[in-house]
Amino acid sequence: MRVRSAGRGGAPGARGPGMADTALFEFLLTEMVAELWARDRDPDPGPRGQKTSLSALEGMGFRVGQALGERLPRELPAFREELDALKFLCKDLWAALFQKQMDSLRTNHQGTYVLQDNSFPLLVRMASGVQYVDEAPKFLAFPCGLLRGALSTLGIRSLVTASVTTLPACKFQVVIQKS
Amino acid sequence: MKAEDDLAANCAHFAMCSRVWYKSSTPSSNTIGLILLKALLSYNYNIKNKDLFVLTYGALVAQLCKDYEKDEDVNKYLDKMGYGIGTRLIEDFLARSCVRRCHSYSEITDIIAQVAFKMYLGITPSVACRNSSRNEFSLILDKNPLVEFVEELPAGRSSLCYCNLLCGIIRGALEMVHLTADVTFLQDRLKGDSVTEIGITFLKKLEEKRYRRKK
Repeated sequence: MRVRSAGRGGAPGARGPGMADTALFEFLLTEMVAELWARDRDPDPGPRGQKTSLSALEGMGFRVGQALGERLPRELPAFREELDALKFLCKDLWAALFQKQMDSLRTNHQGTYVLQDNSFPLLVRMASGVQYVDEAPKFLAFPCGLLRGALSTLGIRSLVTASVTTLPACKFQVVIQKS
Repeated sequence: MKAEDDLAANCAHFAMCSRVWYKSSTPSSNTIGLILLKALLSYNYNIKNKDLFVLTYGALVAQLCKDYEKDEDVNKYLDKMGYGIGTRLIEDFLARSCVRRCHSYSEITDIIAQVAFKMYLGITPSVACRNSSRNEFSLILDKNPLVEFVEELPAGRSSLCYCNLLCGIIRGALEMVHLTADVTFLQDRLKGDSVTEIGITFLKKLEEKRYRRKK
């Protein structure tokens, strides 16, 4: 059995114990995607069935994002501005969860933010390139929920969607909801 | 169903507690720089890599409790998912650990406890052998990171094996190295037992048994 080392570098054993922490999460998420997808195979498969799985995954991501958001320090004066909250998520939350920061954050200064990750760890295991682009949204539903949940504990209501052009790069679009 | 709400509430409750703890320590200086530094240091302490897995697992169990009324069904589902994970995890484990070939069930169980559990969950359960034919073992978990945010089982879920994913993982991983085993929780702290104990029973293949008898 050949060992897949795409994106993680190097020979077997070179990965080190630190990486094992996220490995378990990745395995769990992959299994959750596979299981939820299989369960939604009702007699009328199609967009509706897919939508249920995606929203279930997104909902779970949301709860986890909320719980994680609760542990972020909120006393920083930096959080008074929306943009700083987004920056904090891009740098600190992302780094704590995925050992890397978001690669870019853009905004139109009117409540829409685009967060780009050129090498999103959850997508790196899938082959690089365009063949598995259709599968990618299933893995992005959970991180979308994560971002939405973390933002909600920072007092910001949002809608988060994601898109993939070329694996393993992806973009998260955050649209702030004004109540 | 209230059960999954309780579980989610437990999750949030513990997360909130850690935030309250952080709040009670007062910064010694007023400069923005020091506050930021202290916050970032505490932040790194507040969220560990493992938290993402533990919290996601909690959300999954809550979702399954919503989908299945009977505890047995949730337990079975967790075991099934664990099995799927185990069949893939074994490759990852072998790549990271470079373990040598084992010659006894006892050695294998030691590796599960001292290498695999340590690598993925950061804990080292103690191993005990439960019978003289040396094919039944117990892993005794003193600490269990999976239940870090769970105080108790939700109401009406007294037969829930919260960590049943672990049993499936062990079973699936072993099967990929051509070993069949029964893996179940024998004791569970969440159910009121004094320890959490996973029982592994290696099932001997018929040919092996005949070979052993000949000796």
